[in-house]
Amino acid sequence: MSGLSILDIRKAFGEKHALRGVSFEVPQGSTLAVLGPSGCGKSTLLSIIAGLEAPDGGDVLWDGDSLARIPPHRRNFGLMFQDFALFPHRNVFGNISFGLQMLGWEDQKINSRVREVLELVGLPGYEKRDVNTLSGGEGQRVALARSLAPQPRLLMLDEPLGSLDRNLRERLVLDLRSILLASQQTAIYVTHDQEEAFTVAGQVVVMNAGRIEQIGSPQEIYTYPASVFVARFLGQSNLFAGQVLQAQSGFEVATPFGSFPVTNHPTGPVTVLLRPDALTLDPGGQAQILGELVQLDFRGQTCQALICVNGTALRIDFPSSTSLPGIGEQIQVSFNPSKTLLIFHESEEPTRASVCP
Amino acid sequence: MTKPADHRSLLSWLQPLLLWLPPVLFLSLFYFYPLGSILQVAFERSQAGLAGPFYEVFSSPGIRNVIAFTFWQAALSTLLTLLIGLPGAYLFARYEFRGKSLVRALTAVPFVLPTLVVAAAFNTLLGPRGWVNLALMDSFHLLLPPIKFTNSLTAILMAHVFYNTTIILRMVGDYWSHLDPRMSQAALTLGASPLKTIQHVTLPLLMPAVLAAALLVFIFDFTSFGVILVLGGPRFATMEVEIYYQTISLFNLPLAAALSIIQLTCTLGLTILYTQLSKRLQRPLSLRPVKYTQRRLRTWQSRVFVTLFMGVLLGLLTIPLLSLAARSVVSLERGPDPSNTNPQFTLAYYQELNQNRRDSLFFVKPINAIGISLAYASMTVMLALALGLPAALTLARDQDWRLNRWLDPLIMLPLGTSAVTLGLGFIVALDQPPFDLRASPLLIPIAHTLVAFPFVVRSLVPSLRSIRPRLRQAAAVLGAAPSQVVRQIDLPLVGRALLVAAAFAFSISLGEFGATALVSRPEYPTVPVMIYRYISQPGSLNYGQALALSTLLMIATAVGMLVIERLRLADIGEF
Repeated sequence: MSGLSILDIRKAFGEKHALRGVSFEVPQGSTLAVLGPSGCGKSTLLSIIAGLEAPDGGDVLWDGDSLARIPPHRRNFGLMFQDFALFPHRNVFGNISFGLQMLGWEDQKINSRVREVLELVGLPGYEKRDVNTLSGGEGQRVALARSLAPQPRLLMLDEPLGSLDRNLRERLVLDLRSILLASQQTAIYVTHDQEEAFTVAGQVVVMNAGRIEQIGSPQEIYTYPASVFVARFLGQSNLFAGQVLQAQSGFEVATPFGSFPVTNHPTGPVTVLLRPDALTLDPGGQAQILGELVQLDFRGQTCQALICVNGTALRIDFPSSTSLPGIGEQIQVSFNPSKTLLIFHESEEPTRASVCP
Repeated sequence: MTKPADHRSLLSWLQPLLLWLPPVLFLSLFYFYPLGSILQVAFERSQAGLAGPFYEVFSSPGIRNVIAFTFWQAALSTLLTLLIGLPGAYLFARYEFRGKSLVRALTAVPFVLPTLVVAAAFNTLLGPRGWVNLALMDSFHLLLPPIKFTNSLTAILMAHVFYNTTIILRMVGDYWSHLDPRMSQAALTLGASPLKTIQHVTLPLLMPAVLAAALLVFIFDFTSFGVILVLGGPRFATMEVEIYYQTISLFNLPLAAALSIIQLTCTLGLTILYTQLSKRLQRPLSLRPVKYTQRRLRTWQSRVFVTLFMGVLLGLLTIPLLSLAARSVVSLERGPDPSNTNPQFTLAYYQELNQNRRDSLFFVKPINAIGISLAYASMTVMLALALGLPAALTLARDQDWRLNRWLDPLIMLPLGTSAVTLGLGFIVALDQPPFDLRASPLLIPIAHTLVAFPFVVRSLVPSLRSIRPRLRQAAAVLGAAPSQVVRQIDLPLVGRALLVAAAFAFSISLGEFGATALVSRPEYPTVPVMIYRYISQPGSLNYGQALALSTLLMIATAVGMLVIERLRLADIGEF
């Protein structure tokens, strides 16, 4: 296929296994996000793809050809570091032109390309600036311009917004997306922030402890997390220990807030996820839960209610406009178990969040 | 499954090997080969076999005393240097005061001065016809100089302290200035008294730096030559001096070789110890930027104390040099009354330097000697950098590479080797094919490079290590080949350290005497060799000329060091 293929990459540092067999593909022109907590092996993966580290096993392919024997400076891959790694002894122009000089471009061509990418990242006229005087956002844009300038076959961004404040991050992530789209850049975007990953990429790889937990579109991953880890990492808090049993009418799952029918599951202990936005006040739902409203947190567009059912706390998001009963009063919510109840065949220790305050 | 790592791991082996190739070749050819040759020649001459000379060493009470004295004076000198240096290091590390950088620059000057100049400087101050004795004789109408300074242990110790205090100030001071003061503060809040805090917190944290600095000072004192020769007189000899006597005066090469081996073994042991300790010194101990660790002087007591201490330190370090300079422009007319001297300003010594009164075949004008010295020094700089840079690059980048752990102490070896032995080795090994270099003017820069090379490596490694690996990776990903990374990233970023290294090499070459004395050709003497020629001839005119030439050399070196201190980054280098 055209684009990048990662085949069963493994890497250990002494006893510590950083990558335990990672495979995925990035088709030409698309952006893939690698999402995971710090220490999950994301940065090692990028170093291996860039050729800065050699894998213990597996291979990196471009258009089907192995890159194992190509040193980093001949791969024509761009890598943008989290701390930008701008050369302190060169100004903005010197940084952006570096890759072009390495390619042996003529001065005139270099000048116009530098001007072009500076405009692309929204910093026209910054050529002469000292990189040590740039603000965080400017540094990020210069680093991006430097990576983009030699028109790499693949651009890798390692937590490119990680060191910036939230406001700036939210603005820059949209800019980044449009820049990547405009230049039809094949890109890998590494981050620990799900919102960034979902905004920037068409495909998301969720990694944990050197392994891939799930690959899919942002919608798929958000709606149907493939494991307890993914669900928890995405901030889903309604995770409960449950038990799948065989009942008269088929299978059902016993949870702290009641038993609900499920289709065709192996019996035994499971972890049950109830997504906070899947419950409504609508009395006509297929399953009902009755509990006591103990807490209400206003969050802007939504408000999150904490409902106590038989000593178990359940978090539910409502639109802020919903009229809810007062604190301490009974509340009845309903949901569609076959669509919103996810069952994982991994035992999960009940978390503190699921116990009533 | 393919194993794509192969060629890369091969490359990661090849690269350090290639970088090591020039320095290792150089050391083999110009250090190990001459050293081996001279030792071989020496033992072949021995009639009592290989063990004979060693037996001679240990059975002769005189030589046993020399060995004992070598250790004794080195230990004593090191202790005194620590005593003066540590409080200074503390003040430099923890306080911010006016004139600090000037004092720092001045303390560096003695270190790079040739030993002969230092010895001469002390003589002009405290020698029989030194300023102090002359003043005392004049005031009290004495016939004999009341202070017996030359040929005393005090003279040797003072000169060593004078020389090496800056090592303690720099190595310990730099380290101390980055230690987090909150650790001591934590100890104080936990109820430790200031004394206990020093004992249980500050000193243990500081220990690696103190030990490494002390060891380096010890090695320098242990192999001391010029200071002992000129200030110690016939009563005192270190092993280095004994090697010189045995070689030059008694032609007892086997004994000299045995002594060299003993000296080398001792210094090798110390060098390994030192490199081990410097490795620990590299360990980051939650170091803090200087701006968080230094205070201004607040109370008047602390101001008085710092002023007094810095005054003493500066006095100790600069008065001998000023005295030397002063003495070189003063003639002491001896009146009819021997206790009464009549100092007169004169430039005669300087003028006399240009006269060849005895029509000596080997007369060289000082301007030419300086020219020769400068030419040798420039060659040394180029050679030392060309060899030191690749070694420093691999030491900084491939820290985990096993061979580097072996090569690191190895390159320090020449620093602790008897210069006399090595000089002789040059004569024995390099005057016949395949390497007939005796007539070559390259021999002296080569000898100087052996001493300068460890300094170059030691000053480059820390700053090369401080370059974030990210920058090199960023350059590689942007298409820079490994050689381009060195040119575009490493070299520009360590530019100033490179300058410091060059300056060290330059001043080491300017001041080196031991090896030069043996291998220099009489018609091309360096300045220190010329100084020694004047010193070793009798008469006040010769003495005056030696002082005049020393002053010229001192001024040249001092100006150079001040320039460097200006350019020096705040905390570059271990020295």
